[in-house]
Amino acid sequence: MTHDVIVVGGGIIGLSVAWRAAAAGLSVAVMDAHTGGGASHAAAGMLAPVSEVTYTEEPLLRIGLASLDLWGEFAAELDDPATPLDFGTSGTLEVAASADDLAVLDDLARFQDKLGLPVERLTGRECRRLEPMLAPGITGGLLCARDAWVDPRRVVTALRVRLRRLGVPLIEERAERVEDIDAGAVVLAAGSWSGGLAALPVRPVKGQILRLRGPKGFLGRTVRGLVRGSHAYLVPRGDGELVLGATQEEMGFDTTVTAGGVWELLRDAREVVPGITELELAETYAGLRPGTPDNLPLIGPVPGTRVIAATGHGRNGVLLAPFTAETVVRTLTGGEPGELAAACDPGRFAP
Amino acid sequence: MDDLNGAGGLPGADELVIAGERFGSRLIMGTGGAPSLDVLDRALAESRTELTTVAMRRLDPEAPGSVLDLLRRRGIKVLPNTAGCYTAGEALLTARLAREALETPWVKLEVIADERTLLPDPVETLDAAEKLVADGFVVLPYIGDDPILARRMEQAGCAAVMPLGAPIGSGLGIRNPHNIELIVESAGVPVILDAGLGTASDAALAMELGCDAVLLASAVTRAQNPALMAAAMRDAVVAGRAARLAGRIPRLRHAQASSPSR
Repeated sequence: MTHDVIVVGGGIIGLSVAWRAAAAGLSVAVMDAHTGGGASHAAAGMLAPVSEVTYTEEPLLRIGLASLDLWGEFAAELDDPATPLDFGTSGTLEVAASADDLAVLDDLARFQDKLGLPVERLTGRECRRLEPMLAPGITGGLLCARDAWVDPRRVVTALRVRLRRLGVPLIEERAERVEDIDAGAVVLAAGSWSGGLAALPVRPVKGQILRLRGPKGFLGRTVRGLVRGSHAYLVPRGDGELVLGATQEEMGFDTTVTAGGVWELLRDAREVVPGITELELAETYAGLRPGTPDNLPLIGPVPGTRVIAATGHGRNGVLLAPFTAETVVRTLTGGEPGELAAACDPGRFAP
Repeated sequence: MDDLNGAGGLPGADELVIAGERFGSRLIMGTGGAPSLDVLDRALAESRTELTTVAMRRLDPEAPGSVLDLLRRRGIKVLPNTAGCYTAGEALLTARLAREALETPWVKLEVIADERTLLPDPVETLDAAEKLVADGFVVLPYIGDDPILARRMEQAGCAAVMPLGAPIGSGLGIRNPHNIELIVESAGVPVILDAGLGTASDAALAMELGCDAVLLASAVTRAQNPALMAAAMRDAVVAGRAARLAGRIPRLRHAQASSPSR
């Protein structure tokens, strides 16, 4: 046995787990034929548990808030001039495109108030003073100042640099059977492909996402628009890139970019920020989120195996990376996973 | 409805019959809008629905772990719909793909006229209905609350008619109860109130007006507690149906003492 831990999957989750495990003194290797080529390559990198809170999903909110708190230190440790992360902390501005959409946002704000989440209600004019590129038709919004964002592709690069420095090898192979892997423990962080490697209820949820390019400072923070009941978000990067996402489709492992998907994203985004039509359409892409039946991730030992799951993060993989890494490393080093992690126990789906 | 049968109020079981197929529940569910599959699963269980509609666009019927798996596990009949189609041509294509993938000739026909209102296009819907019926489909068309159009759909050979209460997802309830009554009065096929319901009293009203069933999604899936709202809708449909069968008292302008005065 050559390693204490082999991490199957070199996306943001697997690399984060490997980094924290190696930092904790374990001998670690990562196995992936296309490191950083899965959902981490598609993701916009919103760290937005406050603005994305949903009825019935309070446990996910609690985990998201805990992980957001960890992100500051996580980013500070990863960030250096050679590998900047583009970590932004000026919050999410969630805006409504019509009176109906504003009624939905008002309902959301009442829910957020009840949960003790800090949000500020703004009129349409106040929204536009914060973000002058917003459409005049914006009827109002919520400022979720606690939310943040990061560039997941840069996070992957930074993590790879850290792992190289720590001497963590990258095995450029696709894992076929986790049972055959020779290591003290196997961490399964294979995203949408995890369901094929262990008996876990993970399914791919397709997301089409666009990258636009324009002047720096086009938007000052993440803008989420509610347009006739559907969401479109725009996440700014420091270099002038603007990420526009994302569809949610139950199409299996299909990653076709469709005319309709691109059109719907542009249509909704244009109602929120009309000026986007002047930007370069730099990239169209489709990725696969690893979905679970209850939208909570699967973190912890898989019953009856020596596999520790770190998967099923759905739309929240980037946000939940620090929390997942911390929980998995605690499990690997014989500690208690912690109260919040109980909701992520893969055993909840055991037959 | 067991109690009603016991009381001799109803001949036999009060089943919903569409195209010869029998259903114990008169609540038909949609699957759109639920935050997660688990939440949807619990809501469907509480609703006790036996027929549930699924949008065939943006869904791969072969993909494991999808909403279709969930319906199969619960033994709920799948009613594929053509949501997202704007022309009869698209609807035909979607219906044929659904028939092949799900091996059912049943289809909820939905041809939308515009994005803003999501109101059904009557001309395209009738055109598609005629072609689908000719092709052997069991067609349940989503239509406006127009009694004449409902009659034309029935003449075209549709297995049921599905007039709206209000625009999809609006939760405005039944905006024109009089038209729904007119549709019910002359219909020879089941009338299913589809779209616009917001809460339990809306579902009860649909049944009191004489509808044979209701179809709803958002009112449950977007509720704060979807499973509890599903239970409320289930009970409302049963209550409304019982009230319809029981026969309401006339509406009077003045009081009439409930105990006999002489």
